[in-house]
Amino acid sequence: MKASHKAALAGFVVLAVAAAGCSSSSGGSSSDAKWKTATSAAGGGGMKALITAAKKEGTLNVIALPPTWANYGNIIKTFEAKYGITVNSALPDGTSQQEVDAVKSENGTAKAPDVLDVGMAVALVNTNLFAPYQVSTWSAIPASQKATNGVWVQDYGGYMAVGYSSKFGTITSLNDLLGKKFHNAVALNGNPTSANAALNGVMMASLAEGGSASSIANGVAFFHKLKQAGNFSPVSATGATIKAGTTPVVFNWDYLNLPSYVGVSNWKVFVPSNAVLGGYYAQAINKNAPHPAAARLWEEFLYSQAAAGGQNLWLEGGARPVEQPAMQSNGTINAAAAAKLPAVTGTPVFLSPTQATNAATYLSANWAKAIG
Amino acid sequence: MAVAATTQDGARPARAGRRPSVPGWVGTVPFFAYVGVFLLLPTGIVIWDSLRNTTGGWYLTSVSQLASPQVRGYFIGSVKLCLISSAGGAALGAILAYAVASGNPDGAVRRLYISASGVLAQFGGVTLAFAFLVLIGPIGLLLHASWYFDFPWGISLIYAYFQIPLMVLVFMPAIDGLKVQWREASENLGASTWQYWRYVGAPLLTPAFLGATLLLFANALSAFATIQAWENQIAYIVPQQISTSLSSEVGLANVNYADVLALGMVIMVAIVMTGYALLQRRAARWLR
Repeated sequence: MKASHKAALAGFVVLAVAAAGCSSSSGGSSSDAKWKTATSAAGGGGMKALITAAKKEGTLNVIALPPTWANYGNIIKTFEAKYGITVNSALPDGTSQQEVDAVKSENGTAKAPDVLDVGMAVALVNTNLFAPYQVSTWSAIPASQKATNGVWVQDYGGYMAVGYSSKFGTITSLNDLLGKKFHNAVALNGNPTSANAALNGVMMASLAEGGSASSIANGVAFFHKLKQAGNFSPVSATGATIKAGTTPVVFNWDYLNLPSYVGVSNWKVFVPSNAVLGGYYAQAINKNAPHPAAARLWEEFLYSQAAAGGQNLWLEGGARPVEQPAMQSNGTINAAAAAKLPAVTGTPVFLSPTQATNAATYLSANWAKAIG
Repeated sequence: MAVAATTQDGARPARAGRRPSVPGWVGTVPFFAYVGVFLLLPTGIVIWDSLRNTTGGWYLTSVSQLASPQVRGYFIGSVKLCLISSAGGAALGAILAYAVASGNPDGAVRRLYISASGVLAQFGGVTLAFAFLVLIGPIGLLLHASWYFDFPWGISLIYAYFQIPLMVLVFMPAIDGLKVQWREASENLGASTWQYWRYVGAPLLTPAFLGATLLLFANALSAFATIQAWENQIAYIVPQQISTSLSSEVGLANVNYADVLALGMVIMVAIVMTGYALLQRRAARWLR
């Protein structure tokens, strides 16, 4: 009947690209050309000039930003209201890889994403697609969390946590999850060979089971035990499955595991003290952005320490903004929002790019065997 | 009337001379353009890309990945799911089709079954998975068991939901094709019911039955959304792994690998549909 979905998809993409190619690309005025290559607001003529140029462009294309993820719904609304720029949000539930694919397939069209919010694994191998840019708060971002030229800059992050329905009482260790009452209850946020959050969920279990950031094997073994005990839920967790009660225990980033995010009041969050695994996403600007000034203004807004700036808005969404330490010292942080973050004790572990790649390679060979 | 008059008074050659006649194949252009854009072009892209590597060079070893144990595992998963769901769906669907066909041909029951089958054969994907999730999921309304998450049996049960109605639709014409006269003739010649089915009914229906089973097989092979919504934390079947290869954000995305998997599926479908066409040709002899 049908050759395959892939084939059908390929045909669709071909048409979509052809259609996109027909639509007009934004006209390049002289001010556009200047902002296309500006590596800072000052370099392009200062903040005022940037705002004027961005307003003139009038539009910003963003991609893969779910409105309930890290407060993005609010962030987009605030940005639109503040600058009078329309934000086109494409493919809100897409993955980082799909963001990069869109940059490539829509390159040169007015629809191409201007800015990206991607996982580090995707950011590091696609730097040739990004424009270097340093926001005005550049010095407040720790050196280990940005590319030296600013082609990518980490934006917000959190710690891997176990969110669970309070009907289970209190969880104090991952091994509790092997108990009888968690039958069919424990879910990941996707397939770990595909989704970054799921990979980190397995890595967190690995750390808790005595593994190190260099080896995810213990985590895979833990999920194998969970599967043997009949406690692993094959249903991927989403806000809907949590609300419906289908996935009452979920491994996910803490900012996606808050009661306010999942919309369930009897929801608790647990970060094992021996397995504090941190992860940050990164911002990047498409080097061929159709709206180069708006893209740079968006970055300035996201890294702004103002009360209604991106950093505090992310914090209000339960995510930990990259400038949080600096904002705590200079007092610009929203203290009430910071106090609501789940308590974390122990030394956080961050995966290096090599460690993340090794984990993915191990998973591609072993995950199906452990869970199938 | 004027046209008829012109043809009759012999003006036809002159007319054709004034306006160049349009060749007959022009009418097929929309069809072939459609097939070309949505079937042949994508298939060509898949085959072309599966022979290249990520840097654009020729890379025949890509195709050799089809022999790796992991890829074999996905294909075995696909075949298992397709075999179970098509065999089960065909058997149950054939019985149901026979039961309905042997009733009143203009009756309400038959009309009800045919329209219900028409609707349910198209009921798949996220909606179907969600319906089952709500009824027999981990905290389902009816059941809390977990056996239905076992691959491939549990998901085959869900696939049966659209496989059985499809079987009813495609197998009913074959049963309707069994003429009452043949039954009467065999009875006149002294055949028992068993002998009628053994020597007349079964040989007539076998090609149609096998052909319909192959169609169900191909139908299950291409189904993706249902299983992906039901359980997606692991890839059991080829389409799921293609999805992972296209969208992985942990560094495992590889378009060429996805193309190689898609190529494997194209080959599988080609084999299955060739078998279907051959059986269909044989079955059609009796359905005129």
